Amino acid sequence: MDLSKPTRWLAVAMAVALSASPSPFAGADELKGALQIKGSDTMVNLCQAWAEAFMARHPQVTVAITGGGSGTGIAALISGTCDLVSSSRQMTDKEKTQIIARGRTWREWTVALDGLAVVVHPSNPVKQLTVSQLADLFTGRVRNWKEMGGANRAVVLLSREVNSGTHVYFKEHVLGAGQEFAPEALLMPSSQAIADEAAANPDAVGYYGMGYLNPKNRTVAVARTAADAYVVPSEANVRSGAYPIARPLFFYSLNEPQGLVKTFLDFAQSPEGQAIVQKMDFVPIQ
Amino acid sequence: MTRGQQFREGCIEGLIRISGLSSIVLVVLILLFLLREGVALFHTVPLGDFVMGQRWYPISDPPRFGILPLLLGSAVVTAGAAVFSVPMGVASALFISEISKGWVKETLKTGIELFAAIPSVVLGFIGITLLVPLIRQVFYLPTGLTALAGSITLAFMAMPTIISITEDALAAVPRGYREAALALGATRWQMMVRVLLPAAGSGILAAVMLGLGRVIGETMAVMMVTGNAPVIPHTLLQPVRTLTATIAAEMGETVRGSDHYVALFAIGIVLFVISFAINLIADLFLHRERV
Repeated sequence: MDLSKPTRWLAVAMAVALSASPSPFAGADELKGALQIKGSDTMVNLCQAWAEAFMARHPQVTVAITGGGSGTGIAALISGTCDLVSSSRQMTDKEKTQIIARGRTWREWTVALDGLAVVVHPSNPVKQLTVSQLADLFTGRVRNWKEMGGANRAVVLLSREVNSGTHVYFKEHVLGAGQEFAPEALLMPSSQAIADEAAANPDAVGYYGMGYLNPKNRTVAVARTAADAYVVPSEANVRSGAYPIARPLFFYSLNEPQGLVKTFLDFAQSPEGQAIVQKMDFVPIQ
Repeated sequence: MTRGQQFREGCIEGLIRISGLSSIVLVVLILLFLLREGVALFHTVPLGDFVMGQRWYPISDPPRFGILPLLLGSAVVTAGAAVFSVPMGVASALFISEISKGWVKETLKTGIELFAAIPSVVLGFIGITLLVPLIRQVFYLPTGLTALAGSITLAFMAMPTIISITEDALAAVPRGYREAALALGATRWQMMVRVLLPAAGSGILAAVMLGLGRVIGETMAVMMVTGNAPVIPHTLLQPVRTLTATIAAEMGETVRGSDHYVALFAIGIVLFVISFAINLIADLFLHRERV
């Protein structure tokens, strides 16, 4: 793989050389090339918005965004097939060991904050839950809405596939260490699939990043414990730390980022980039 | 023959022999690749725990790699698909082969070939937008993402194979059988059910096996409509997770050489063995017919 990097830059350089001659206004340091970002489904729309603004500013750059899940992105980073990876969870020690074993390093960048919204069908009378009640629901200890103050109906759990950073975060921070999702939980292929099923199914409960909130799902207010206040996932509540299931969103770069990757990361963290974060319904880091 | 001609003949013969052998060589190589990547799992997980294990938690610590729910998920969806597709497929083939004539027959045959060309993801899309909500309402279920939705979707994928091979088998029954039955006073229905179907029996069985072989290997449509919950299914009206959907959903996340990666290849071996057995049975029946 050490060989492939210079080769790739050579290919990019050749592509640029073959393309139309640069405009007379472009400076000598005008940024060129292609950037591939892979990873978190939660961050796909956010990354796409960043990419569009970035490409408008640097017309000779193309940025391609692919989802698939944070795990998918980090696996690509470990294999060295991707320069920049978006992730809604931190890398595990196991993943870090695997990168080091392949003679590479990484850098972690916090680029936004996200609250995990718990959503139900708008007709569901359950309006608030504690974190431990959520754990009871999603581990399958409680199987009927009656016990949560709802109708006498079976609970339908909507989770993400195991390659999703949101799945891993929810498992670790809501279910707790060593706890498993109930085997009956439906593993949906995308956050949008959860949003659709929760809009259509009166008994469903699911979770996804705040960016997917929509009027067809009802957000459940969450409290850390029964003694705490019930809080909805809003920008103010996530930034103040009042909302209990919130997390940072990351970029991981292979080795120390340079050139295009570095410029893109700086852009994402700049005030302009953070304004896009806000526009996409996530929470800016500042 | 001149020397030049002899040389040309030799070359052509060699090429044909190579292309004939290459398909077998490829299958063997694929099997070897699967074994090389997948067998390492059994150093850490005993075969019994893998096949009979009831929990599939690949990313937990420690991970659990029990594929019994996935095996049964695939089995339930496939059995359901057989219940829908075999009677309809055989009946359609009988109609096309024995009853329809002229342009009706030609249109139906072309239509069924077109049916086979529909991409599975499109069938899955139709399933998730039309079939899944319908199943939830009709059976008053908590969710419509069930094995039944998968079975019905897959039945549509198996039917073209079943119909066209059954029709071939029926066409191969000698004309004299039909004439003799009718001459003895049998009605057309009696002739079809008591003479034609038994005579074409082994061909029909082969058609069914090949259709089901396609069903058990299908991934995309089934992943979209079955809910993917790794539980041991008791009825068709429960969500299930199949072997193929598990590989497709989780492969992207695994790191080469990790336990999870190896476990997915071990699932691949299981699928290979199942498909191989189904095709072998189909082949045995087809062979018996020829003798």
